[in-house]
Amino acid sequence: MTAATTPTARAGPPAPLDVERLRADFPILAERVRGKRLVYLDNAATTQKPRQVIDAVSRFYAAENSNIHRGVHYLSEQATAAYEVVREKVARFLHAPSARQIVFTRGTTESINLVAQSFGRSTLQPGDEVLITGMEHHSNIVPWQLAAEATGAILKVVPVTDEGELDLGAFDRLLSDRTRLFAVTHLSNVLGTINPVRDLVRRAHAGGVPVLVDGAQSAPHLGVDVQALDCDFFACSGHKLYGPTGVGVLYGRESLLEQMPPWQGGGDMIASVTLERSTWAPVPAKFEAGTPMIAQVMGLGAALDYIGEIGLASIAAWEETLLAMATARVGEISGIRIVGTARDKASVLSLVVDGVHPHDVGAVLDDEGIAIRAGHHCAQPLMQRFGLPATARASFAFYNTPAEVDALVRGLQRVRTVFG
Amino acid sequence: MGSLSELYQNVILEHNRSPRNYRAMAGADRQAHGSNPLCGDQVTVWLRMDGDVIREASFQGLGCAISRASASLMTSAVAGKTRAEAEALFGRFQRLVTGTLEPAEAETLGKLAVFSGVSAFPMRVKCASLAWHAMREALNGGKQQTGNREPEPSE
Repeated sequence: MTAATTPTARAGPPAPLDVERLRADFPILAERVRGKRLVYLDNAATTQKPRQVIDAVSRFYAAENSNIHRGVHYLSEQATAAYEVVREKVARFLHAPSARQIVFTRGTTESINLVAQSFGRSTLQPGDEVLITGMEHHSNIVPWQLAAEATGAILKVVPVTDEGELDLGAFDRLLSDRTRLFAVTHLSNVLGTINPVRDLVRRAHAGGVPVLVDGAQSAPHLGVDVQALDCDFFACSGHKLYGPTGVGVLYGRESLLEQMPPWQGGGDMIASVTLERSTWAPVPAKFEAGTPMIAQVMGLGAALDYIGEIGLASIAAWEETLLAMATARVGEISGIRIVGTARDKASVLSLVVDGVHPHDVGAVLDDEGIAIRAGHHCAQPLMQRFGLPATARASFAFYNTPAEVDALVRGLQRVRTVFG
Repeated sequence: MGSLSELYQNVILEHNRSPRNYRAMAGADRQAHGSNPLCGDQVTVWLRMDGDVIREASFQGLGCAISRASASLMTSAVAGKTRAEAEALFGRFQRLVTGTLEPAEAETLGKLAVFSGVSAFPMRVKCASLAWHAMREALNGGKQQTGNREPEPSE
């Protein structure tokens, strides 16, 4: 398994993490649940927040709260500047050429809906095709179904192999002269598969097809470089990056963002308004109608600072160690099958226990204080592909430890005992 | 605070392993489907009626131990009951799994009392009730039905 896919993640040998010291930054990791020490292995759903992020959000409300882009008073000026500084931090984090290409949204879901509603509905014609894959989260399926329904476009789907990789031969065949966009996850939230995005983008661009990358799962685990990937859109969420819920990001190629119409109207996104017509503010403001999630953006800024101090290369290396350890240990338990065995994986370990429903696996682990996800992971088509109603999923973050992998293994052994 | 052993009582584990009346019923008078979008559970319930009386009930489906055992025990519990008796039993069962049953009523539940541990796990109430909702739907005409139309969780 190799987590490193970008120059950032590859640069130099990563420094080892002082995991115990880092854990102390996360107040919730000291909590007890059901009388046991919390073992949090549901990081693909959302990550926990370090004190630095929690403090940034409360400091904003306690001392800095003001609306942005509208006041002439001191607080508003400060808040506006701080908000724009975070935009620049995001641009650096994603290696975007310019902060103008960073749109703040409510999360990955809203970022994808923005592209589907604005780019999709303004460019798709009846018979045009949008290409997605069989391993997408519902948030990278349903927005395209809505856009297709509204425009008469057709959704095509790249199939997934038994190992949980994209069928690249089928991908080449499915790219047609009617394809208007390819939307793909960078890292599957169910299988842990890292898709070869740079190669996929190259193939799509050869046919003039722009590519949207769902980076909800990849941004926290892989060093993302949107210029190296050469993707046209990249979407991710703050809350999976140790930041607050309610804030996310859309990166877009400048020429595309410029030509796309607004998708929501309101304050902040206009150049001028008369009762007859309005003109739009330049990007990214054109896509940020209304008062945004200012406190959450401040929290996201603190999260990116925090990640930057640790270094994504070190994070990726530690998580790779944990995943390899968990994969080997869980694989030794009889009657347990790992779902998703791609060559390139990160963070995610999905499994099924013979004769035991994932919901029951989750309940037994919960009794041990271990938080995992049991269900279809908002990826029902992928579940159908593997003929499963659901899986149990453990997902790792840099603050997880080998002792927590042990706890998971003991918990799974208890599942086998209870339901044996 | 509920314990795991109260949730997964031995009778439940045993019915999960070997569910009773687990088959599609040929010549059924009524059938209905239930699903829980939250966890993907699916169940189909078949009824053979004799006038107002349920002569026989069966089920098939995919689900967790709680939903499977509940369906299994339900098919035995409603056999021989009139429509009104089955409805009343469902009412008591719902009160049991939501923790609102009067102590005096508990004795009337028989084997179904093994689901008393569910009330400490609010997420599992739907699992326990799914087959019952489908059974009632079958009694009331047998349309396609969805047990709990709650939005799926996202992440």
